[in-house]
Amino acid sequence: MGVPVYRGEFGVPQAERLLWRAGFGPRRGEAEKLAKLGLQRAVTSLVSPGGERFVGPAPHDSKGRPLAPADAWGHDHCWWLDRMVRTSRPLVERMTLVWHDWFATSNSGVGSQKLMLTQNRLLRSHALGSFERLLIDVTRDPAMLLWLNGTDNSKDAPNENYAREMMELFTLGADRGAYSERDVREQARSLTGFRNDWKRGLGDYNFHFDPRAHDTGMKVVFRKRGRYDWHSACHLCVSHPLHASFFVRKLWSYFVPVAPDHATQASLESLYRSGHQVRPVLNAILQHPAVYEGPRMVKPPIVHVAGLLRRIGAGVTSTDWAWIGSLSGQQLFYPPNVAGWDDSRWLDTATYRGRWIGVQRILQDRKLDPAKGTAPSDPAAVLKKALAFWNDPPLTDATRAALLQFAHAALADAGKQRWKQQQYPVLLENALRQLIAVSPDLQTS
Amino acid sequence: MSRISCDECSRADVLRAVAGRGLPAIEAGMPLPAGTGLSRRSFVARSLGLALSVYGAGRLNLFEEGIAAAASTGSSPILVTVFLQGGADALSMLYPEGDPLYRRLRPQLAVSGGTSFAEDNRLSWHPALAPLAQLHGEGKVSVLPAIGYDHPDQSHFTSRHFWEVGATDSSLLTGWLGRYLDAAGTIDNPLQGLSLTGQLQPTLATAKVPVAAIDGPDQYGFWVPGVWGDVETRMLDAIGTLGGVASSDPAFRSVANVTKQADRLRRQLDPFNGNGAITPPVAYPKSDDSFPKQLQGLAAMIAAGLPLRCVALEATGEYDTHASQATALAPALTTTAASLYSFQRDLEARGVADRVLTLVWSEFGRRAKENGSGGTDHGAAGTAFLVGSRAAGLQVGEFPGLASGLDQDGNVKATSDFRAVYAALLEQWLGFDAARIIPGAAKLIRPTLVK
Repeated sequence: MGVPVYRGEFGVPQAERLLWRAGFGPRRGEAEKLAKLGLQRAVTSLVSPGGERFVGPAPHDSKGRPLAPADAWGHDHCWWLDRMVRTSRPLVERMTLVWHDWFATSNSGVGSQKLMLTQNRLLRSHALGSFERLLIDVTRDPAMLLWLNGTDNSKDAPNENYAREMMELFTLGADRGAYSERDVREQARSLTGFRNDWKRGLGDYNFHFDPRAHDTGMKVVFRKRGRYDWHSACHLCVSHPLHASFFVRKLWSYFVPVAPDHATQASLESLYRSGHQVRPVLNAILQHPAVYEGPRMVKPPIVHVAGLLRRIGAGVTSTDWAWIGSLSGQQLFYPPNVAGWDDSRWLDTATYRGRWIGVQRILQDRKLDPAKGTAPSDPAAVLKKALAFWNDPPLTDATRAALLQFAHAALADAGKQRWKQQQYPVLLENALRQLIAVSPDLQTS
Repeated sequence: MSRISCDECSRADVLRAVAGRGLPAIEAGMPLPAGTGLSRRSFVARSLGLALSVYGAGRLNLFEEGIAAAASTGSSPILVTVFLQGGADALSMLYPEGDPLYRRLRPQLAVSGGTSFAEDNRLSWHPALAPLAQLHGEGKVSVLPAIGYDHPDQSHFTSRHFWEVGATDSSLLTGWLGRYLDAAGTIDNPLQGLSLTGQLQPTLATAKVPVAAIDGPDQYGFWVPGVWGDVETRMLDAIGTLGGVASSDPAFRSVANVTKQADRLRRQLDPFNGNGAITPPVAYPKSDDSFPKQLQGLAAMIAAGLPLRCVALEATGEYDTHASQATALAPALTTTAASLYSFQRDLEARGVADRVLTLVWSEFGRRAKENGSGGTDHGAAGTAFLVGSRAAGLQVGEFPGLASGLDQDGNVKATSDFRAVYAALLEQWLGFDAARIIPGAAKLIRPTLVK
């Protein structure tokens, strides 16, 4: 049985939701263009996007200097944010973010933006390809080797760190009876042999496999015996009978906030089993009715910001985005731990304010001057203008009513004073731009 | 930050320091700190597609009543925790001047010139801790000169995690004070557990009730470029209106809920908004670090009757002194102690000192023998202080001496257990049964901490 396919109307709202879930939201006219393709071709255009182009001006810091993502603090975050904003392959970029969360590696433990960028390229190159290939390359990736002590793991002094997480978080899942503590220890032995050197000033370098550090003995993993090495460790995980169910459920959770029904889960698993390829599974998920008919999702902070910049055709023109990302609870290259960000807890009182400041940062360069007030003085008309600034995002009736209520009250305050009548509509328009962008409507999709 | 050199922590901590507001101190493979990021449990939940809502949808109508109810109990006790990050050196803070081995183990780093510790004449206060020595003289500081636990773990992350969750258990996900709030707090008052560090402190991580994270009470403003006056006032009101927008969609509602909470918090903190809004009755030390400012704000919040119960802060400084300890430690301790002193005087001046106890802690102490780079490596037992007008003011546990008080790794052995201190604070200060909060509480012998 195949995976269920959405049969309802595929108009602009559906195309817009697709662009949010599979990317960073629409640029001007993008949702309309996508809607015209129909569901199937729209999804194809995302999962097989062709060569990458960057739309818009190159990023820079607030003094106009180019970014230095491998060296300067925070520039790594801004460099990636720029790709999210300008890419012509939003799903590739979104999947790179998914893998960054899935194989969560933090520069707080790696200590090299350069190595983090190397890993980022790796994740991007496998974004929609073979999961097994991805796992293999992640396993020997220098940043990962540092992060989970891969190069501390040797024949004489085994370190279980990577072995445990590769099963628990990357391929099989905890508490499912997929593996035992003994499997963790044996897999750690399979994974021995990676080494690197360290030099003051240079840091960690010369990552390599040293056969002398590898434990060539017999291992028993998942009740199978063999002289396994790191390659076979990866293969054993991916061919484990409980891997496909883990993989499907986890990948699905990035795109749909409620679990798939049994039939969907089963057909996605069989799709995945025939070659461990990501693209066909994504293709099926993105055409599933749950994406279009199901509940909304809270946008991750970086998706919220990238989406706002895309909406107004703006670029990355400041490195403030790094600390704003941190305030909002998502600084790229610094996930909170090896399990990644908690997608169920993006918002608290502090991270809400972080998002507010992000919007404020966008508006700071674009504020309307009340002294040159030319705004209309009708509440509905001011709201219309503020919505047009954000390229007319759809709002629920309740949110629209709340904003209109504010607009009425604010304009009424002007009373009969002429300068207030001139200036208040402009102040209101600035305020409405902010409120629209932080409304529950724009923080979810 | 160049003084840090341990391989395990230096990369992390240097970056954190540069970042200014880094991540909680988590290293891959270490036990997951409570409440930070994707916990194992919520990971499973997400895999199952469950959208966990921290704040419990549909209960916001209770929000204002909850605040009002909590605020009306303005005499309830408040527990403040101050974390010295990195493992502060116990043998410098109260240094064993009278121990003949001290100078042999610390030829370069032995501290001198401090006043004697009245409860144990083998020990002296680090000169930078003179403000605490003075408060101790007034009976307002309990000293725990060798606090820790059996089988000490020398990893920053593991040991810190133990202290945060209140158990030597790497799988616990809620903080010890978070569990207290889950049991004794309310579903509608984020201020009951306040991280004054701009990010949730794992000690306060709850499973059920909301807690708040802010940088400081005067840093919770919501301004917008080109908006002021009447329109700004109306706009701030509109945040609350947006928070009240109804929806049947769980994700939409969760954003509305946090919007509502942000609005409530902003209103509660509004008197403090903007620089200069807080005029403390006493002077606080001048520092680039935000710790004195945060304490200053905290005192004002307490005096204003805000419904606080547990508050978590991080002290000035980085205490992981693997190198150049002498020059690194003194300024950090100076600002920290002077700030705590001002905080105590501030609370006294505002007439609320009887409501507040402050526990100062670190994840471990440091190796007795100094290392080759003018620093010390990770150790075992450390120093803690309990500060406040109601603190018993009596030493808990004693300094075990360097001749027989070191373990096989050359680290100071613990003579008091942090879990027993937690149990005592819960029962003697917060009036709550520790057995419901601290695993194995029945077996812990509670010291007398409160007078």
